[in-house]
Amino acid sequence: MPGTRGAVTPGPPILDVRGLRKSFGPLEVLKGIDLLVDPQELVFVIGPSGSGKSTLLRCCNRLEEPSSGHVWVDGVDILARATDINAVRRTIGMVFQSFNLYPHMTALGNVTLALRKVAGFARPEAETRGHVALERVDLAEKAAAYPNELSGGQQQRVAIARALALEPKIMLFDEPTSALDPELVGSVLAVMRNMRASGMTMVVVSHEMRFAREAADRVIFMDHGEIVEEGPPERIFGAPEEGRTRAFLASVFDR
Amino acid sequence: MQKVLDNFFNIEVMAKYLPNILDGFVLTVYLAVSVVATGIVLGLALAILRAFQIKPVNFLIVIFVDLFRALPPLVIMMIFYFAFPYVGLTMSGFVAAWSCLALVLAAFAEEIYWAGILSVHKGQWEAARSTGLTHLETLIHVVLPQALRLAIAPLTNRAIAISKGTALASVVAVQEILAHAATAQAFSANTSPLTMGAIAYLILFAPLVTASRWVEARYAWKR
Amino acid sequence: MDAIIENFFNVPIMVKMFPFLLSGFWWTIKLCLLVVPLGIVSGLAVAMLYATHIRVLKWLVIIYVDFFRSFPPLVLLVFVYYGLPLVGLELPALISVVVAFMLNTSSYYGEIFRAGIESIPRGQWEAARSTGLTWLQTMVHVVVPQAARNVAPDLTSNTLEVMKFTALASVVSFPELLRQAQLAQGLTYNPTPLIMAAGMYLVLLWPIVRLLSRMERRMLAVR
Ligand SMILES: Nc1ncnc2c1ncn2[C@@H]1O[C@H](COP(=O)(O)OP(=O)(O)OP(=O)(O)O)[C@@H](O)[C@H]1O
Ligand SMILES: [Mg+2]
Repeated sequence: MPGTRGAVTPGPPILDVRGLRKSFGPLEVLKGIDLLVDPQELVFVIGPSGSGKSTLLRCCNRLEEPSSGHVWVDGVDILARATDINAVRRTIGMVFQSFNLYPHMTALGNVTLALRKVAGFARPEAETRGHVALERVDLAEKAAAYPNELSGGQQQRVAIARALALEPKIMLFDEPTSALDPELVGSVLAVMRNMRASGMTMVVVSHEMRFAREAADRVIFMDHGEIVEEGPPERIFGAPEEGRTRAFLASVFDR
Repeated sequence: MQKVLDNFFNIEVMAKYLPNILDGFVLTVYLAVSVVATGIVLGLALAILRAFQIKPVNFLIVIFVDLFRALPPLVIMMIFYFAFPYVGLTMSGFVAAWSCLALVLAAFAEEIYWAGILSVHKGQWEAARSTGLTHLETLIHVVLPQALRLAIAPLTNRAIAISKGTALASVVAVQEILAHAATAQAFSANTSPLTMGAIAYLILFAPLVTASRWVEARYAWKR
Repeated sequence: MDAIIENFFNVPIMVKMFPFLLSGFWWTIKLCLLVVPLGIVSGLAVAMLYATHIRVLKWLVIIYVDFFRSFPPLVLLVFVYYGLPLVGLELPALISVVVAFMLNTSSYYGEIFRAGIESIPRGQWEAARSTGLTWLQTMVHVVVPQAARNVAPDLTSNTLEVMKFTALASVVSFPELLRQAQLAQGLTYNPTPLIMAAGMYLVLLWPIVRLLSRMERRMLAVR
């Protein structure tokens, strides 16, 4: 049932993926993915390790080059030859499992680099915007701190601010809390909750099922490079239709 | 084009001076092997000595190491060969080149071994001493084997570099490759002997340089 | 003892020859200021070509680097200085020295920068590119600053080597410090100028050796 759309807001989708395939050599990792994400929707992606979740996200901003298929972001065909991919990437925020903060720059430096070099703001304007972004992740007072002076949760929030500052149309999260100690997970989820409340469109790959239940508009279950099942969280978690989904959820909740 | 060929790859000239270059090649290898063998052993001895932490001895070692790391090898070689005879210490060019390069290598090697020794975790010392091993036994059986592994890659690079330094010996009248090549070039007014010399160095060092890449990957310092 | 003072630390000769040696010292410094930045810039270019991950470029870079690392710098210098004039390419000594050293130092610096760039985790590239930075912007603002920090000890070490190489220019009669010292020794029949030159080299290079030792210690502490 590809292409099911959430019921949050009508209108053109922010992310439109059609027939997306990706192979690494002989290994086909994505086998024809169709996915529509509406404005302000929070789509949650779950699935076993190696099912292609990260690859799907990375194809959406061309960190991986898709083998075939189409991806539109806010109406822009990001695979088209004429598209300036760097300009488009500015509108697609990405948050990584391992934060990937620049260790030689302060929190503010991390947040303002692309503001200055990609968005073209002069330093004062970039810093004003950077402070606002850090404020949104509740780290205003850490602007001058270097990554190694921050906890994992704080680092991940700076990474979120780095993406947020560019005012993206959509944010992609690849297991944003997997590298964090349990007691630090909450602060990152709180920030994501706020972002959702303020209307950000988000695609989240994560194992935080409780967060999915509470915050997701739609849950997608992937396995072996395909979308097996999707629907509202109550249904996917409460009454999954597919055997594979049931088996996966059982294994997760067992732990 | 013909001019270039005549000058750089003149078969006649090359054939004439090939035996000289071969003589030089043998001497270069002999000098390099002597230097490397002396240098890495002396360096190790100094590092072991330093591990005993005797203040005045360590001070002297550090002075020696700094001095031979800071001075250009050619300057040291000149002093050995041209200045020492004035105070009654006369040596052949070969001995001057060998001792100079070996001491320079020893200085660098000592630093490399020492860095390796320092990087072995303190717990290793404590564990070994707690089983009753002496300081020297701990050093030899526990610490050095671990330190040496770390030393392999930088030591390889340094040994190759110092082997290339054998070309300096031409300046103190040692008839190694470069000296033969330069003399032949002057006699024949043709660059071909230099080309031959360059090729000889390429044959000698290209495999070593390539191998050092492999050594570096295999025994890389983990940062 | 008297012989040592008379021949190595002869004060009247020191006083007399000081200005002469000083002129050589300035040339040594000028050579360093020319050769080191040129080497660093060309080395960076070499490393960036490698980092483009275009296969042909990568192999060309490896061949270039390993080729020129296979020659002793003195051989390159002699080749450029004595060899090229015979085909009508007469280069002044300064240019010969700079060209020969560029070939050598760009390879070494290039290799250091390559290792530094490769030491930066892929996540840094991905994070930067995901915010829309171009390849070059990522290189300049994210990768190189971090790589520079990682390679600072190797960079310093190589710079020390390059500065010591400048003494080789004496072989092609370039009036740098060692050359002036040799001339002074010939004029005075006394090796004191050689010892003086060694002292001047120490003034220039010992601080770098100390700095290097410190950096190496710090690197160890970090690991
Ligand atoms: N660059 C690559 N080269 C080759 N194979 C790759 C590459 N990246 C991913 N793969 C393979 O693609 C498959 C899907 O990987 P992907 O990272 O998308 O899975 P995932 O669902 O995110 O898994 P996880 O939950 O472990 O992060 C895996 O089998 C992986 O080994
Ligand atoms: Mg993944």
